[in-house]
Amino acid sequence: MSNAVEGAGSQGPGPSKEQIQTEVGQWLDEHWSVDLSLSAWRTLLVDGGWAAPAWPTEFFGRAFSEEQAAAVSEVFVARGVVGVAQAGPGRLASHTILGHGNSDQKQRYLRSILTGEHAWTQLFSEPGSGSDLAGLTTKAERSGDVWKVNGQKVWNTSAHHADYGLLLARTDWDLPKHQGLSYFLIDMRQPGVEVRPLKQMNGHASFNEVFITDAEILPIDLLGSEGEGWRIAATTLSIERQGFAGDRSGGRARTLVGPIYDEYRDELAIALEPYTWYPQRAGRVDLALPRARQTGAIKDAQVRQELAKLLCMQKGADIAAATAAAAKRSGNNEVVPAGSIGKLAASVIARQASHVHTLASGADAMLAGPASALEGIIAEVLVSVPAISIAGGTDEIQKNIISERVLELPKEPRFDTGPFRDVPRNLADT
Amino acid sequence: MALGFTEDQRAFRDVVARFLADKSTPTAVRELMVTSTGYDAAVWKQLSGEVGLLGTHLPEAFGGFGFGPVEMGIIAEEMGRYLYCGPFFASAVMAGYAVLGAGSEVDKLRLLPGIADGSTIATLVLDNLNSPDQVGQQLGATSAADGYQLSGVASMVVDAQVANLMIVAANTPQGISLFEVDPQAQGVAVEALEVLDPTRKLCSVGFTQTPAQLLGEVGQANLDPLWGLMSTMLAHEMIGGAQALFASTLDYLKLRVQFGRAIGSFQSLKHRAADLLLELELAKAATHEAARVLATGEGDLYAPNMAKAMASDAYINIAKQAIQLRGGIGFTWEEDTHLWFKRAKSSEVFLGTSNWHRERMMQQIEETADV
Ligand SMILES: Cc1cc2nc3c(=O)[nH]c(=O)nc-3n(C[C@H](O)[C@H](O)[C@H](O)COP(=O)(O)OP(=O)(O)OC[C@H]3O[C@@H](n4cnc5c(N)ncnc54)[C@H](O)[C@@H]3O)c2cc1C
Repeated sequence: MSNAVEGAGSQGPGPSKEQIQTEVGQWLDEHWSVDLSLSAWRTLLVDGGWAAPAWPTEFFGRAFSEEQAAAVSEVFVARGVVGVAQAGPGRLASHTILGHGNSDQKQRYLRSILTGEHAWTQLFSEPGSGSDLAGLTTKAERSGDVWKVNGQKVWNTSAHHADYGLLLARTDWDLPKHQGLSYFLIDMRQPGVEVRPLKQMNGHASFNEVFITDAEILPIDLLGSEGEGWRIAATTLSIERQGFAGDRSGGRARTLVGPIYDEYRDELAIALEPYTWYPQRAGRVDLALPRARQTGAIKDAQVRQELAKLLCMQKGADIAAATAAAAKRSGNNEVVPAGSIGKLAASVIARQASHVHTLASGADAMLAGPASALEGIIAEVLVSVPAISIAGGTDEIQKNIISERVLELPKEPRFDTGPFRDVPRNLADT
Repeated sequence: MALGFTEDQRAFRDVVARFLADKSTPTAVRELMVTSTGYDAAVWKQLSGEVGLLGTHLPEAFGGFGFGPVEMGIIAEEMGRYLYCGPFFASAVMAGYAVLGAGSEVDKLRLLPGIADGSTIATLVLDNLNSPDQVGQQLGATSAADGYQLSGVASMVVDAQVANLMIVAANTPQGISLFEVDPQAQGVAVEALEVLDPTRKLCSVGFTQTPAQLLGEVGQANLDPLWGLMSTMLAHEMIGGAQALFASTLDYLKLRVQFGRAIGSFQSLKHRAADLLLELELAKAATHEAARVLATGEGDLYAPNMAKAMASDAYINIAKQAIQLRGGIGFTWEEDTHLWFKRAKSSEVFLGTSNWHRERMMQQIEETADV
């Protein structure tokens, strides 16, 4: 698994947790104020090197290890300090650009991701290719001084408020499918890009269709070289997979007072709006026990068993992930790659949580909306969990990856290894 | 304590694994499982002497090495992996932890050095192997002129056929107490039982007015922590066995060809393997966590329950699939898979089923949530 910022922290131990926390504490004493505007504050944060301390020193960071960076966040959280913008696709963009961009691209894009000035979206999936991402048919062609792009993308989270997109497009139809793809950074605010929100089964509209018609991309926005798209996409996808185990409980209530918090809440309401249901899609394991107690279902032997199974899985997954992370930090490679296993665990746990919530609610699970259980949260769990085993690579695809790459079982026979032009495709795409 | 094993612990594990890979081969297991004692005395000597594993968890003051549940778990995991046949679990784990937890200093000085150096083969006599709450219903002790007298029957005792020391949990008017009994003493009847898993020997043990010496205070035996330690060690044994079976099954999936391709290239089997890996990884994590919690005293009190429940389920699921995915050959006596399958089955129900452990866990969660 490639991790774009991995190299950054591997330059020896550096300052201790105490040293870091003292230093960042002093810096905050001097600079942090709730009366600053959000962008003024984040500019200070980026220039002070505390925005992304795990990043390399030449790009806003301090080359900190994960542990050292965690020491910084601890102080931020404890003091209620607003951090950098961190909406989903921005994280994918920054890690991908850090890992594969040239220094001009890093200079141009990274800062505005941290400050929240620019939002991103991931333009990978298409109507004709989801799991089979490498079979995509959006076309990028050189035309004079620019790349011209035509095609359709779909399921693109946050595209409706994105300034830039991570675009995977085909630049060569005569090579085998994986080799003909290139990776672009596309300006979403141009006439050739049309975004239409799609309503989901849970009522939210986080993802979109994106129609691309003669959109233009400057050559300086090709990431890596032509034909390297698949290799770079693997970085994006691996970062994305790591995000699924993260949030099985609700976020911290943001009730702090001051102008900067008002602005921050406004930002959250827009930039993070597509993600308000993400904790629910992960099953809200944190609510399972309280809810079973609240409804009295806890007295039922079967419910107790199912609840205990849920808590066991969650504990096992948390410990396994933490152990893998600790092993990676210490250079012990014995532990199996955690990405796909963690994502599959997230699905299994979410489904079990949904099952427990259903058992705990009984007939009340027929209701939805603010008047229903926990102000609609339980209902939202029940209709959001189906997404977790699809988004970011389906369960079936994770199992393919685990069995072939981790367990080294033989590959499936393939029918798509020749020139992409000749590969059988969905009728609609030909 | 950090997550994962330290370099020293991994080196220790490799030493244990190498020893067992050499001594506890499937051929050796097959030979031992049909003997009446069920173990190899020469290997036992090496285990205690040269390799020095039996006193790993016992304090140095009592002849041990002063390590904790993490190191003991490492041994148990390897023993499960190699299907070790012998009284390690009965003597070092069950009896060793029982004396350590309940005995007085004098008791420990008298009993533990022998357990640590292997000259004593002890077992723990429990009259119920399903739940600590049910212990003491079949065995009772009354005080007599020169100590206590035991009467009753324990219907299943691990490795009693080779024990020269019995630690017995019996009821007294003051509550459950632990006693030391010499298997040669008057009124002790040990009878070998026919077992489903021939790698874990069981006997019934009866007592008729057998003289017994009290360990620690009368009525003060607290079986819950002991049960937690034993369950955690058993969980290690189980994830060890589960890993061995999973690995051999993967090898088979890569080797066996049907329809012109390795059966491991069929997606339904690949996905089953991925599901089993996930279950195994979660069980492993929970099991190692339980040892860490016991070693540090930090974390969920019910971690051993989680470990036993998850390890039981993972082991038996992997064992069932290990046979299924081998087809006919998997069902033969000749093939080794059934040896692990039977160990999985006997471990599944030993010291509480996964349902029992999950229920126990819920009770503890509720108790802590109430305060
Ligand atoms: C909430 C949500 C947010 C998303 N956000 C984004 C985003 O921001 N950007 C983006 O680009 N995409 C996004 N996606 C798209 C997502 O990555 C795809 O939906 C996913 O990869 C599946 O592709 P598909 O929908 O075309 O289904 P298909 O690939 O058509 O799959 C249909 C079924 O076939 C199974 N299947 C397919 N191939 C195999 C195989 N080889 N073996 C076994 N089974 C197989 C699948 O597992 C699935 O069950 C999002 C999806 C969701 C649900």
